[in-house]
Amino acid sequence: MHPAVEIEDLTVAYGDKPVLWDVDLRVPRGVLMGIIGPNGAGKTTLLKATLGLVKPAAGSVRILGRPYEQQRRLVAYVPQRSSVDWDFPTTVLDVVLMGRYGHLGWIRRPGRAERAVALAALEQVQMADFAQRQIGQLSGGQQQRVFLARALAQNAEVYFMDEPFQGVDAVTERAIIQILRDLRAAGKTVVVVHHDLQTVPEYFDQVALINVRRIAAGPVREVFTETNLRATYGGRLAILGRNGAADAVTTPTPAPGD
Amino acid sequence: MELFTDYTLRTVTIGSMLLGAISGLLGCFAVLRRQALLGDAMSHAALPGIALAFLITGQRDTFTLLIGAAIAALAAALWLLAIVRTSRIKDDTALALVLAVFFGFGLVLLSYVQRQPTAAQAGLKSFLFGQAAALVERDLWAMLVISGPALALVALFWPSIKLISFDPDFARSLGLPVRRVEVLLTGVIVAAIVIGLQTVGVVLMSAMLIAPAVAARQWTNRLETMVLLAAGFGALAAFAGAWISALGDRIATGPVIVLTMSGLTAVSLLIAPERGLLWQRWRLTRWRQIGNNH
Repeated sequence: MHPAVEIEDLTVAYGDKPVLWDVDLRVPRGVLMGIIGPNGAGKTTLLKATLGLVKPAAGSVRILGRPYEQQRRLVAYVPQRSSVDWDFPTTVLDVVLMGRYGHLGWIRRPGRAERAVALAALEQVQMADFAQRQIGQLSGGQQQRVFLARALAQNAEVYFMDEPFQGVDAVTERAIIQILRDLRAAGKTVVVVHHDLQTVPEYFDQVALINVRRIAAGPVREVFTETNLRATYGGRLAILGRNGAADAVTTPTPAPGD
Repeated sequence: MELFTDYTLRTVTIGSMLLGAISGLLGCFAVLRRQALLGDAMSHAALPGIALAFLITGQRDTFTLLIGAAIAALAAALWLLAIVRTSRIKDDTALALVLAVFFGFGLVLLSYVQRQPTAAQAGLKSFLFGQAAALVERDLWAMLVISGPALALVALFWPSIKLISFDPDFARSLGLPVRRVEVLLTGVIVAAIVIGLQTVGVVLMSAMLIAPAVAARQWTNRLETMVLLAAGFGALAAFAGAWISALGDRIATGPVIVLTMSGLTAVSLLIAPERGLLWQRWRLTRWRQIGNNH
């Protein structure tokens, strides 16, 4: 069986400055994978290059064994919340409906079936009461739930999320992680760009450490070690060493077999 | 009403209202996609196109001149994109640069055309500030021919246009033809500019694109309503402007329309419920009072 995502020799450069250098990454099916690395390490670029939003200088990306262009309907995407203008004149339901546009093509209007899917997705993120609300009136956590609902409406196999926990309240963070676990339980694969090292062992099965190059990737127990983290973050790790990363290393639990 | 019985006045009024409605509607996308300045640059850039079209063909035919205007405006937009993509120059700098180069070139060409011995060049200068009074029925048809397809395309691709205006990256991840729709939207804005040139001129045209959208956004939270409202505001301002300038003695219609539109926008920014400045101020003081009473 093909892995959910297979990235080979991916190199991306903005101008003459490489942002990602020769990155290989395999994401097995049915896992929650965190992509970790310092600011400017190329995490978002890795996601965007995987989705064809950034043109790589070299390398290839396969989703479930095929190029992305052939698998679009099996892929859902949650961009960074700050990437859009939340003062745009539209409602929560309209935004979630946009998750269906990939299935509709570029002329057809969403109908009753699409509305049902979108409302169910809103229900899942506990935002059903907000369906007719203007998006500018939402809090940061609610905006993130709406974006998540839009991805759920895509009804995909592989989910890519860019910093879904950025700037959300604790309640929303717990709600989101629960939804991600539900997705995994349903056999879906979720790849999340994440910045909080403390929560990595709790949230993810697999982790990829990125800093322009791929430093390490694999099951959290094996890969999330102090050595690897130091290699990824350099000297900036000092504060986190004691309880975050070290805990993960010193708890000797067998890695789940493939 | 004299506005609708007198032939000249009627043509001017209807023409101005058409322009107001179309530029208001299409201008929404320039505003929502944060390209208001691009509209300004493109309208200024139309000037050399008009002068060149006249120099090459030697005709003062509306259609010919407007085609020249459209080509020049598109060339400016493409040049702008090329500068931003291939150099480290930021887009606001590139906009200022392109606007100045095209407009300056246009003024030079215009002064050269003015010195031509033929009488045919008369009135070319009116494209600077527009001359609504010179509109004839043929111009109205030209407006309809240019705007009809533009509006039809917007209606046809409405869902994609909405998504791409809100979240282009997500649209691209779905495989929607984002680049092509963006080109379409730019083309449609060029169409709106070209339509307005005769009435309000290259200098003031951007106000007719931007002001109705800004005013309409104040009153609604739905894109569909906003677009229709902007069209209504544009038409209303044009009607009022045409009427006011008909009352006065030979007051230029274009600038009066723009001033009326600006007035409408200012009022909307102040008093629109929820988003209006006065409302926000009032709510703030009310919350303070509630806070003080505790």
